[in-house]
Amino acid sequence: MLRKPIGVVLILLLLGACSKEVISHFATFEKPADFPEPVYHFASNEITEEKFELGRKLFYEPRLSRDNTISCASCHIQSSGFTQHGHDVSHGIDDRLGSRNSPPVMNLAWSPTYFWDGGVFDLDLQPIAPILNVVEMDEKLENVLNKLRAHPDYPGLFKKAFGTDEISSDRFLKALSQYMLMLVSDQSKYDSVMRKQGPSFTDDEAAGYTLFIQNCSSCHKEPLFTDYSFRNNGIGIGANNDKGRYLVTLNELDLYKFKVPSLRNLSYTSPYMHDGRFISLEAVLEQYALHVQATPNLDNALQQNGKLGISLNSTEQKQIISFLKTLNDKNFITNKRFAEP
Amino acid sequence: MKKYFLLCLAIASLTACQKDDAPTPDSNVKAALSVEFDNIVGGQNLVLNTGTYTNSFAESYSVSELRYYVSNFKLTNTSGVTYTVPQDSSYFLIVESDETKHEAELLVPQGDYSSISFTVGVDSLRSTMDLSKRTGVLDPAGDMETSMYWGWNSGYIFFKMEGISAAAPLDNSGQHKFRYHIGGFGGYSAPTINNIKTVTLDLTAGGVPKVRTGREANIHLMVDVAKVLDGNTPVSIAAHPSVMFSDFSVTIANNYSSMFRHDHTEN
Repeated sequence: MLRKPIGVVLILLLLGACSKEVISHFATFEKPADFPEPVYHFASNEITEEKFELGRKLFYEPRLSRDNTISCASCHIQSSGFTQHGHDVSHGIDDRLGSRNSPPVMNLAWSPTYFWDGGVFDLDLQPIAPILNVVEMDEKLENVLNKLRAHPDYPGLFKKAFGTDEISSDRFLKALSQYMLMLVSDQSKYDSVMRKQGPSFTDDEAAGYTLFIQNCSSCHKEPLFTDYSFRNNGIGIGANNDKGRYLVTLNELDLYKFKVPSLRNLSYTSPYMHDGRFISLEAVLEQYALHVQATPNLDNALQQNGKLGISLNSTEQKQIISFLKTLNDKNFITNKRFAEP
Repeated sequence: MKKYFLLCLAIASLTACQKDDAPTPDSNVKAALSVEFDNIVGGQNLVLNTGTYTNSFAESYSVSELRYYVSNFKLTNTSGVTYTVPQDSSYFLIVESDETKHEAELLVPQGDYSSISFTVGVDSLRSTMDLSKRTGVLDPAGDMETSMYWGWNSGYIFFKMEGISAAAPLDNSGQHKFRYHIGGFGGYSAPTINNIKTVTLDLTAGGVPKVRTGREANIHLMVDVAKVLDGNTPVSIAAHPSVMFSDFSVTIANNYSSMFRHDHTEN
């Protein structure tokens, strides 16, 4: 008597489990509850598993470059927080040198502009720049599409993702966007502390956090640790006289301004600044405390009360660094989901 | 040239006769209208590479590359009613080296048109639209020869003219080359240069196009690229061998906005 209903229940449970597994198999983009609303236009590029996986394959695809040697991942390495760790400026095709440090591919759904100078305003348009750049991939977009069309796998993968095997700029770039959008870093110790998930700051980290709020957070705004503005932070004009944001706006008031970078994953992304001139966080903190230079358009926050820089003694600098290290997200740099397929 | 003109006159008078017998055109029916961009230099036809021309600074030059976007066509008929060509079919890239790319092919209501207006370049709205709305000539992949798109500072190159002149300094490629790549739609996240130009031309003096089903009226425009250097502000190649995304690009854009004139219409 009892046997039958149990069997039915079991079958129902199994069915439920199966259908549930199918639904939850692919974890799509999800805004962390304590993050602001993303700015990317998901409505015109809804994340799907097939498009994400195609985008990931394309991110690791050297055919994007003229001689099939350089992929996106050449300068954006997962274990380095998706930067080119150890290089002041990025190394591209034929070992040509760029003029800026590769920024991390991380939390891009919240970024209103891309690149240190903000010259690109839509993530879908971003990959065009490194592909065309003669010191990065030195290739033509049409050529890339032709190489993918001729490849044994890609037409099928585009069909799986988009319904037909047509390989267009739109599809190619949107698939790449899907992968990059999924690169969300929000699993640092800082995040766990803020979410009251158990861990707590050490005394140094807590002191550093307080100092950070007082001295740094107006530009490095929580929880993304940037306000995405462009500022001259007083590191002095670089050897190559990179004019930064000015190149995009031609506005004198933007001379020598660069985008405020996020501070997440700093332990994996050395060196620092737009030209990678500082190799340690100690050097960065010392720069802000002691060496800020009065160059055109120096940010107001760095010249308060007639004094250049931020008043921080060496203990305070160390405490801030302790706090900054709580922004490392080990899960982000080891997550197999983001690795080369 | 003269022969051609006479032929046009003959055709014009023929169609004029036809019109007398024809009923009033139905503006609810659309018909073909083409706009030809005939690139010239002063009083000469533009011949790529081999033609040599001289600007007002007595600098001699040849042209190796000429291409520009024309878009957002509007036509006003003789009753003063303006028809705006639907945006999705209103973008054209004129390419001097490709004879199949000298015309904008439009579909407009039947009628007689007294003026035409178009944008030289790509409007800011389209410049910032989702990629799925940027196909055909607006595809950033462009063609293989030369890109009309800036990747590092998102936006289209509206006008590109390159050539050789002894007045230009020797460049890395070993040539005395001048390069004018003009763009700038006004900026997305911050205001910047806006080189979008709107050109409006009267069509009554050169011949009103009569758009009717079953034939294709052709508005023949002369595009005098000498104006790029000798427009409102004379430009010396020696002083400005390379103009791309810079404040001076505004001068070049102002110059080329005056290079279009209506020559005649074939009905």
